[in-house]
Amino acid sequence: MAFDWDVIWRNKYLFLGGLSVTLKLFVLALAGGLPLGIILGLGSLSSRRWLYYPTRAYVNFIRNIPLILVVFWVYFSLPLISGRSLGPFTSAVVAFVIFEATYFCEIIRAGFQSVSKGQIQSAYSTGLTYFQMVRYVLIPIAIRRVIPSLLTQGIVILQDTSLAYVIGLREFVRTAAIVDSREVRPLELYSFVAIVFLVLCLVGSLVVRRLEARDRQRV
Amino acid sequence: MLRGILLTLQIGIISWIIALFAGILIGTFRTFPWRPLRVVGTAYVEIFRNIPLLVQLFFWYYAIPPLVGQWLNRMHNLGYYCAIFGLGIYTASRVAEHVRSGLNTVPTGQRFAGLSTGLSQLQLYRHVIIPYAIRVMIPPLTTEFLTVFKNSALAMTIGVLELTGMADRINARTWHGLESTTGAIAGYLIIGLSIITLMSLVESKLRIPGLIKR
Repeated sequence: MAFDWDVIWRNKYLFLGGLSVTLKLFVLALAGGLPLGIILGLGSLSSRRWLYYPTRAYVNFIRNIPLILVVFWVYFSLPLISGRSLGPFTSAVVAFVIFEATYFCEIIRAGFQSVSKGQIQSAYSTGLTYFQMVRYVLIPIAIRRVIPSLLTQGIVILQDTSLAYVIGLREFVRTAAIVDSREVRPLELYSFVAIVFLVLCLVGSLVVRRLEARDRQRV
Repeated sequence: MLRGILLTLQIGIISWIIALFAGILIGTFRTFPWRPLRVVGTAYVEIFRNIPLLVQLFFWYYAIPPLVGQWLNRMHNLGYYCAIFGLGIYTASRVAEHVRSGLNTVPTGQRFAGLSTGLSQLQLYRHVIIPYAIRVMIPPLTTEFLTVFKNSALAMTIGVLELTGMADRINARTWHGLESTTGAIAGYLIIGLSIITLMSLVESKLRIPGLIKR
């Protein structure tokens, strides 16, 4: 069988379009998932029962089901809730925010727990309110400590965005599938997709390793 | 729906067995004092961990059969085997990472002690390091075991009618997507909870006397 790598170049605009959808999804998932993750992380450490139990129930529930099901479920239930069809992209963004926030929550919770009690008490004693304490003390310290884990989760999210394929969103993998259905070059096309993801994720993990090395030096 | 659950269990368990064997092997490679083996191990882990599982499954399902020959395409249940194989070797790369960090928790002193009693490198791993490290690895491996079942949902994309695929099929037939997906969610929760119970039993059985209890 002869290889035909030109198939990728011929469809470069399609692929660029797919990649941009993937990246957009990735950025929105991060932008929504991280703040929600912080809120969930705070809820997980709350001493108020009515905050703690619902948060933990939510986090454990979502973490126990496959992302692909969350994507489907949101896709089916959003139209019922909002009363109109929202299209695959919005559904995908909502599903990713809901899902990834629970993973961010667990990472950030670990970060919050690494902040010593003394620092929090001294923040209160300088007259900060709870929200000021969170905003100026807890988050800056905790987030900086868990940046490597957050970035690793970011890499996972980038890979997860490929799952939006199942609800028909034309992201990177779906693009390859569409091109494949016309050109019938599965080996070249899927290898290409794999290599692009590989490069993106390897660059990501390189950054993570750099950061970890820097952290180790500082300590 | 029940058939879907059974298929999910099947795919999950078989690929877990593949992943466990391959993962322990590769993870062990990465701690070996011989460089080529370490390079192979690292390359394997980096490649399979950094490509989305979906892309890997498509690769095995769509890209490989034309390369190998048409007889594969005529094979019954090709998707099923691809799913098990793909999921197995993907999970192996993740298991390998846990194995490596588990092996690294074994103090170097034990390594030297083992060698100085005349054990060969293989015997050292077989009788000293692996039995010790496996207990450290159980909690992260439990998480991984749960992940296998969640990841097996991806098999639906290559036409395997496991739990998620079944939910999708029901949606296509009856237009009750929300109900069937909710049912599938319940299925995964049941599987997940049973595994957690099972693994905490295993963990307490295998505990090394004298180490900290959780």
